Amino acid sequence: MPEASPRRAGSIEALLASKEIAIACGSGGVGKTTTAAAIATMAAVRHGGKVLVVTVDPARRLASALGLDGFGNVERQVEPDAFKSAGVRARGELWVAMLDTKQSWDDLVRRHAPDRETAVRILSNPLYQNISGKFVQSHDYIAMERLYELHSEGNFDLIVVDTPPTRNAVDFIEAPRRMADFFSSRLLRLLIAPYRSRMINLAARPFYQVADRVLGSQFLEDIAEFFILFQTMYSGFVERATAVERLLKDRRTTFVVVSTLEAAPVHEAEFFVQVLTAKRFHLGALILNKVLPSYLLDEEAERRAARLCDDSSELAQRDGLAALLETDEEQLARVLAEVGENFRNFAVVARREAAERQELRVRPEVVATVPEFEGDIHDIEGLLRLGEQIWT
Amino acid sequence: LADLLERKLIFVTGKGGVGKTTIAAALAWLAAVRGKRTLVCEIDAKGNLADFYETGPIRFEEREIAPRLWAMSMDTEASLKQYLSLQLKMPLVTRMGPLTKMFDFVASAAPGVREIVTVGKLCWEVKEKHYDTIVVDASASGHIVSQLAAPQAINQLVQVGLVRQQTGWMLDILGDPDQTGLLVVATPAEMPVSETLELTTRLHDETNVDLAAVVVNRVLPELFGRGEEEVFEHLDQPEPRSLLAAEVGGPVDTLMKAARLTVTMRRSRTEHLERLREAIDPTIPLLYVPYLFFRSHGLRATHQVADALSAELGY
Repeated sequence: MPEASPRRAGSIEALLASKEIAIACGSGGVGKTTTAAAIATMAAVRHGGKVLVVTVDPARRLASALGLDGFGNVERQVEPDAFKSAGVRARGELWVAMLDTKQSWDDLVRRHAPDRETAVRILSNPLYQNISGKFVQSHDYIAMERLYELHSEGNFDLIVVDTPPTRNAVDFIEAPRRMADFFSSRLLRLLIAPYRSRMINLAARPFYQVADRVLGSQFLEDIAEFFILFQTMYSGFVERATAVERLLKDRRTTFVVVSTLEAAPVHEAEFFVQVLTAKRFHLGALILNKVLPSYLLDEEAERRAARLCDDSSELAQRDGLAALLETDEEQLARVLAEVGENFRNFAVVARREAAERQELRVRPEVVATVPEFEGDIHDIEGLLRLGEQIWT
Repeated sequence: LADLLERKLIFVTGKGGVGKTTIAAALAWLAAVRGKRTLVCEIDAKGNLADFYETGPIRFEEREIAPRLWAMSMDTEASLKQYLSLQLKMPLVTRMGPLTKMFDFVASAAPGVREIVTVGKLCWEVKEKHYDTIVVDASASGHIVSQLAAPQAINQLVQVGLVRQQTGWMLDILGDPDQTGLLVVATPAEMPVSETLELTTRLHDETNVDLAAVVVNRVLPELFGRGEEEVFEHLDQPEPRSLLAAEVGGPVDTLMKAARLTVTMRRSRTEHLERLREAIDPTIPLLYVPYLFFRSHGLRATHQVADALSAELGY
């Protein structure tokens, strides 16, 4: 593999100027939420226009800094004062919304149900109530569905989406397809069939027998009733899921993969990039987050750190050093050894990170690095500090 | 403290990225080393539990990968087949053609089916006393409650049938603190601590599973002892720095910078640790596992974490 060139044609700045949707994804704990918020904040400040960040589960302090306390699905504008106190003037507006899975499902049902009565019956079905919260991948689908809705309302110039934690990073991009498949499935018709007509397909009979013994026929009937109700929304639903999928593949949509340089997240990021590329989604950028500073890789400095450890006692005895520091030689020796040891410890980690970066098999047009910050990011100022690192 | 490994079934959970699998792998290793017949089971088939033991692929069929340590990877369909043929004496099931598709379908449609098959298999191993200890690398904290609450949910939804009959004994095992416990892994950072606290509340409200312990992973060691930070402040000044530079043959600025980074990182992490310590029930053991500089994954890391857990448990 050729050496990565340090200068790249693209930048996050250029990328976002031409996109309407940016989707941040990556494995858990890598800083997706913060990165998505930072990108959106930078876009609002620098590019201007109306920028919306849709977030799933922000840290509490960040949420309150953005004015998200206690508000659900509705988009809200971040107070312009929040920018003023961070010392910047924003060209545009920053808006935020939280994803409320249950609420979004309910809205979806109301939209697609043929009449009010059916909607009410679905919404009050105990199975639906369980499913809308816990349906396999329901979070994934509803996040993309909500994105579609927000985009089609045409109120924003740029929408940045923070994706929900998934078992597998590719789950949510496939969610619309799966949802469409599910509702057009032959199995669904099979499951419902015996409750519509008494005729049971011979091939399906063993299935019903097993299902009956295991789950009880009452439960099967409940399931069937639920799906018969759901069938009334079938065409709207499938059409919608297909449209959502189309939007994800649209030229105006880009994916931003976030990872740290630890082995497991890197592995998952690589896998995700491969899937995105294979399925012809637009991969915009790879953001490497929480990376240790590069000065830790300096071998000369590491040799000096080794001297501090090995010769700490001699060094501490040098003329006047201890006196200058208002301490005794023994304590000074300890501090010197600790400073040296600390550098050497983190040098090991930094080298491991550098090796991961070297071996990274994927090279999107934009690769940006964010240093490990000392504290948490919990306000606009912090978001801008992070954003500055990756913007150009 | 030492009774953690006396439990028969230990679910390990935590926010994504905190090192849940590391802790589960190390805990199972420790149990096996201490003479217990141990089963370690990964639930979300990301397939990387094998990496923690440097062993080949882990599949549904349990395999002894080290003395007294068996490993398996949960496969809901295989589990359902086993369950139906062993528990319900339905041998025909294994020969039913497209069971995969049908199961997938019913499991997607009926909430809790997938979960109960998973939890059911684990409870069954406890009931049959095949192992002394079962350590489960369970779902992340966002999903664990619906997994553990599945038997109750099924109980409410399914009024009759064999599944209904099966949930009773599962609930007995899950709800018995002598047998079952949940271990939550966190790191000293804002979101992992918040999720841990939310989870402990939900666990109490929505399940009858006992909270066994909280493991705080990747704790940075304290760099400076009493009074030493002040010495460091004096040391990190132009004059002492250049004195030192002359001695060691070059500038030491980045060495000081690195020390400062560690001190501030540790300080912000300590804040979150304090928040956890204050909010959590004082009877719940908090176990600390240090940040590993030298190996972050692989069997070597598993050994080191197992040693740390062993020391924390007072063995």
